[in-house]
Amino acid sequence: MRISFEKRLEQSHLSVILVPIISFILALLFGAIILLAFGVNPLQAYAVMVKGSLGSGYALSETLVKAIPLMLTGLGVSISFRMLFWNIGAEGQLAMGGIAASFVALFLEEFIPPVLVLPAMLLSAVLAGALWGLIPAILKAILGVNEILTTLMMNYIAILLVEYLYLGPWRDPEGFGFPGTAPFPETALLPRFTGRIHIGIIFAFLAAAFLWFILNHTERGYEIRLIGQNPRAARYTGINIGRNILFVMFISGGLAGIAGMAEVSGIAQRLYSGLTVGYGYTAIIVAWLANLNPWGILLVSFLMGGLYVGGDQIQIAMQTPAAVAQVLQGAILFFMLGGTIFANYRVRIIRSLGKNNPGVDLHG
Amino acid sequence: MDKAFIVSILIITIRAGTSLLYATLGEIFTERVGILNLGVEGIMVMGAATSFAAAYYTNSPWFGLLATIIVGGFLGLIHAFLTVTLRADQVVSGLAMTIFGTGLASFMGQRMGPGGTTMIGLQGPSFERFPFPLLNQLPILGPSFFNQDILVYILYLLIPILWFFLYKTRPGLKLRAVGENPRASDSMGIDVAKSRYLYTTFGAILISIAGSHLSLGYLQGWAENITGGRGWIAIAMVIFATWNPLRAVLGALLFGGINAIQFRMQAAGTTIPASFLNMMPYIFTILILVIITWWEAFRKRIGAPAALGLPYVREEKD
Amino acid sequence: MEKPKKSKAVQLKSITKKFPGVLANDQVSLDINSHEILALLGENGAGKTTLMNVLAGLYYPDDGEIFLHGKPIKFHSPRDAIANGIGMVHQHFMLVESLTVAENIILSLQIKTLSLNLDHVRKEISDLSNQYHIQVDPDAYIWQLSVGEQQRVEIVKLLYRGADVLILDEPTAVLTPNEAIELASVLRQMANDGKAIIIITHKLNEVMSFSDRVTILRAGRLIDSLLTEKTSKEELARKMVGRKVLFHLEKPECSPGLASLELEKVNALNDRGLPALSSISLKICSGEILGVAGVAGNGQRELAEVISGLRSVTNGSILVNGQNITNCTPLKAINAGISHIPGDRIGVGLAANLPVSDNLTMKAYRHPPITRGFFLDHNKLQEFAKNLIRTFSITPPLPETPARLLSGGNQQRLILAREITANQGVIIAVHPSRGLDVGATESIRRTLLEQREYGTSILLISEDLEEIMQISDRILVLYNGRIMGRAGITEISLEEIGLMMAGHPLNKYNNDLQLDGYKT
Repeated sequence: MRISFEKRLEQSHLSVILVPIISFILALLFGAIILLAFGVNPLQAYAVMVKGSLGSGYALSETLVKAIPLMLTGLGVSISFRMLFWNIGAEGQLAMGGIAASFVALFLEEFIPPVLVLPAMLLSAVLAGALWGLIPAILKAILGVNEILTTLMMNYIAILLVEYLYLGPWRDPEGFGFPGTAPFPETALLPRFTGRIHIGIIFAFLAAAFLWFILNHTERGYEIRLIGQNPRAARYTGINIGRNILFVMFISGGLAGIAGMAEVSGIAQRLYSGLTVGYGYTAIIVAWLANLNPWGILLVSFLMGGLYVGGDQIQIAMQTPAAVAQVLQGAILFFMLGGTIFANYRVRIIRSLGKNNPGVDLHG
Repeated sequence: MDKAFIVSILIITIRAGTSLLYATLGEIFTERVGILNLGVEGIMVMGAATSFAAAYYTNSPWFGLLATIIVGGFLGLIHAFLTVTLRADQVVSGLAMTIFGTGLASFMGQRMGPGGTTMIGLQGPSFERFPFPLLNQLPILGPSFFNQDILVYILYLLIPILWFFLYKTRPGLKLRAVGENPRASDSMGIDVAKSRYLYTTFGAILISIAGSHLSLGYLQGWAENITGGRGWIAIAMVIFATWNPLRAVLGALLFGGINAIQFRMQAAGTTIPASFLNMMPYIFTILILVIITWWEAFRKRIGAPAALGLPYVREEKD
Repeated sequence: MEKPKKSKAVQLKSITKKFPGVLANDQVSLDINSHEILALLGENGAGKTTLMNVLAGLYYPDDGEIFLHGKPIKFHSPRDAIANGIGMVHQHFMLVESLTVAENIILSLQIKTLSLNLDHVRKEISDLSNQYHIQVDPDAYIWQLSVGEQQRVEIVKLLYRGADVLILDEPTAVLTPNEAIELASVLRQMANDGKAIIIITHKLNEVMSFSDRVTILRAGRLIDSLLTEKTSKEELARKMVGRKVLFHLEKPECSPGLASLELEKVNALNDRGLPALSSISLKICSGEILGVAGVAGNGQRELAEVISGLRSVTNGSILVNGQNITNCTPLKAINAGISHIPGDRIGVGLAANLPVSDNLTMKAYRHPPITRGFFLDHNKLQEFAKNLIRTFSITPPLPETPARLLSGGNQQRLILAREITANQGVIIAVHPSRGLDVGATESIRRTLLEQREYGTSILLISEDLEEIMQISDRILVLYNGRIMGRAGITEISLEEIGLMMAGHPLNKYNNDLQLDGYKT
C-alpha cells in the first residue's frame, strides 16, 4: 500500500478555505504542547492572548497598532515576491526609514515650517527605505547577485547603524542612560485617533489600494505579474526585467521605510531599540499567508498583530516569554506550507494493482 | 608583526570560524542533493540553546552535543518532509524554519534556566581548549591550530573525510548526481527522496553542531541572538565555496579572520565605534557575494547543482 | 542463414494509464519478442511513450498486468525494471552532465560498495564497445559529447546492466542521417544477439527501414500490429491517423519584394561559450518563406535568438527593413517588426498559469487601446483577447482559462494569434508544429502560407524536414552553426538536403559562400 500525490488540474477550491483553518488549529495544538512542556496551561494562555488582543477596546487598538507596521512591510514585501524577488530586507529598510525620519525630526525640524515637518519625514523615510532596498536590487539586476543574502546582510548593517545612532551621537542627553534619542517635537508626531492608533493606518490602507491598483490596472503591474509567472517569457516579449526590479524594490523599500517612520513618529515618538523587533520578518509570513493579495495582507496583519499583543499579554500576566507568539507564527506557517500540497495535489491510497482494485480516492 | 601576534590572530580566527565551517559544510551537503535549506540560522540557534541547556543540567558538554545532534536531526527531518514529501516551496519553508527556530530558542532561553528562569548569564560546562600532543610543537601553526577544543579537532578530521566521501566514493557520486539531475538519477535506480532526506538531515545535524560550538566552545554561554546571522553567512559561504568542502575552509578562515581583526581592533582601543566594527562580517559577506557572482558569470562555469531548489516528482508529465 | 528462434520476452496485458484530464493508455495489450525489432508507431499523444514508461517502471499502470517470460511482475521503480532486464533510452537523456561516462554508468549499477572501482568499469565498457561496435570514451564528460555520442552512452549503460529488452524513444530525432544508419546496424546486431528492441517513433521512414514488426497506437488505443515487410507507408499512415493524409499542401506562386530580413556574417556563441553560429548570411524577401533545415542542436535555437534580441552576436549584422537591430534588446527587435514563435512553447512562449487573455496580450498590452500612459484598461484587454479567440478558433473560448489547461494545438494557436496580430513584416517560426496532431499541424501551416500571401517574410526554422518541404519557397541547411548550402525548394532533392544536414557541403549550393572564402 502506498500514498501517491496526483497533480490536480485546477486548484481545489475547498482546500483554499480548509487548509488555512486546519493549519491554524494544528498550530494552536502544537503551541499547546510546547506550552505544556514548559508548565504553562495552554487554555489559560490562549484565553489571555485572545482577551489581550481582542477583548476590549484598548486591546483592539493595541492590536491595530501592532498591525500597522506589519501591513506596510507586508505590502512592500508582497510586491517584490510577486516578481520572485525575495526581499528579506524589510527589517533593514524599515530601520533606515526610521533613521531618516528621526533625522528630520531631531535636527531639521526647526528649519522647516511646522505643517511640512511630517511630509518631510515621510518623504525622507520613503527615500531612505527605497535606497536601502535599491542597493541589493541593483546588485541583482546588473550582476545577478542572490538577493536573499544581500537584503539580509543589509538588515544586520541597518540594525547596527540604528543602535550606533541611538546609543551614540543621537542619544538623549537628558535620558538618564535610557537607550534612545530624545523625544520628537510635537510637530514631528503622527496624529492619533484613539488609544495609540495613529494615522499610519490610513497610510496602510492607501498603500493597499495603491498596490492593488498598480498590479491590476497599470502596464507595470502586468509586467510584474508576467515576470513572476515566467521570467523567460517576459524577456522574450521585450520586458526589461532589470528596470522592473528597480521599480518594485523602490516601492518595497519605500513602504517599509514608511513603516519605520510610522513607528518612530506615531508610536515610540523617538528612535530607540524597540524599532527593530522583527516586523520585517513577520511581514514575509504575512505576505505569504495572504497569498500576496493586498487586502488579504491587511487582514492577516491584523491577526498577526493580535498574536504579538497576545504574546505580550502572556508575558505580563503569566510570566511566559512573549516569544511564544513567534513560535506560533512559525508553526502556523509550517502547517500552512504543508497544507498547500492538498490544494495542488490529490491524495490517493493505492492498495494493490489489478483489474478489480484500481485504487481508492481519499480526497475528491 | 611578531609571532605572538600572528598566533593570537590565528587562534581567534579558528575559534570564530569553526562554527561557520560546520554550518557551511552541512549546507553544502544539503544543497548538493538539490535542497535549499534557508533555515540554517534557526537550526543553529536551536542547536546552541539545546546543547547549552542539556550540558548545564547533565553537567557534561558531551550530553549537550548529543542533544544538539538529536535536535538538529529532527529539524532537518521536518524540512525534508516539507520540501521532499509535501513539495512545499523551499524558500518559504526555510524562512519558516528560521523564524520558528529563533522564536523557540528565544523561548527556551528565557525559560530553561533553573526554576524556569532565564539561561542568560548561566555558567555551564564547556569544551575547553587543550594542546594537541606533538602537533602543537609546530612553529606558529602549533600553538594556534593545535591549541583548540575538541570540536575543532573533530572538524579537522571531518574536512578531508567529507571531501573524500563526496568525490571519491560511490555514495558521494550518487549524492552529486541527485542534485544535478534527479530525473536521470531516478531512472538509474537511485532513490532520490531517500537521498534528499538523508543529506538534509545530515546537513542539519552539522548546522546544529555549529550552534553548539558557539554555546559550548567559543562563546560559552547563552545570549539572545548568539548566532548573530552566522547561519545566513554560512549560506553565502556555500556559494563562495562553489559547493566544494575545501573552498569552504578558505571562506571560514576569511570570516574568522575578519572576526579576529574586529576583536583586535576593539581590544587595542580603536576610535571606530563597536557598531561599525560589528558591521564588518556582513559587509564582507556582501562583497564576497558580489565578487563571486561576477567571477562565476565571467567564467561561465557550471556552479550550483543544477536541480537546486526544485522539487522532483517522478510521475509528472513533462 | 537460419532464422533465430523468437520467444515471447514480455507481454503487456490490458494496460491502462490515466493522467489528469487525459486517458493516455486504454487497455493496450502487446507482445514483445526476442530477436526482434518492434516499432511502436503513433502520432504525438498516441500513448506510445507512456506505455513504454509503464514497462520501464517509471509509471504505475492504473490497470493491467505485465508478464515477463510468462510470469506476472510488478515494477515499483525503474530500478526494478532494470533488474529484470528492461531498460529505456529516453528522448531526453538520463545522464548527469557534470560527470563522466564511466561515472554515469557506475551510478546506474546497484552495487553497495563504498569505493568507485573505476578501472574495472572502464574495462567492461571497452568489452561491450567491441562486442557491439559502439564507440564510447569512458573518461569523457557528458557535456563534452555530441548528442549521438550521448545516445550511445545511454545504450551502453543499459547493456552494461544486462538489459535484454531495450526501448528507444524517438532515437533518430537527434541524429544525422549517417548516425541513424549506424544506429540501425547496432540495433540489428543486438537483435540478432537475442535482445528485444522496441523503437518508439512517429516517423514512417524509420519504421520501414529499422523494424521487423510494427504496432500502431492511436489516441491511447492499440489499432493494429503488422509485419513491416508486409505493409506500406501509406497503410501505416492511414492507420496512424485514421483518415487519408494530405502529404502536400497547395502552395501558390511566390512574388518576393525587397529584403525584409538580412543577416550578414553573423557569429554567435552558445550558453557554454562555444561557437554556435559561424558566418551566417541570409536574406528573405517579403512574401517569402525561407526554411532552415538541420538536425536539432546545430545552431537553430541561437539563430532565432540573435534575430529576436535574446542573444548577442560577436560579429556581423542583422537588418530588418534596412534598420540595424544587431545586438539590440528584445523590445527593439519587436518594435522593428520581428515576431517570434518560439520552439519552447511553454517555457518561453507562454505564462502557463496566467489566463489565456493575459497570454494573448503579451505583445499588445503596451499599446493603446489597452494601455494609455501608465494605465491598463482591463475591459479593452478582455475585448482584444475575445477577438483573437474568435478569429483564431482557440478552444475552449474562455479568456480566463489558465493557458496550461489548453491542448498543445490550442496553445500554439494562441501563440500564433498573438504573434501574427502583432506582426509587422517578419515572423520567425521555430518548429511550429512540434508535438501537434495532424489537424493542428495542417491549420498552422495554412496560416503561415496565408501570412506569406499578405507579404510577410517568414523564417521557418525546423528539424522536421517535411514541414520545411511543404511550405518553404527556399531552403537553407544548417550544420554545426554553418550554412552548408541554400537553394530554391524545387531545385534540390531530399538526398542532397540530407547530405548537407549531415555536414557535407555541396558546392553546387553554396556559391555565395565560396565567394566569402569558405573552405569546403
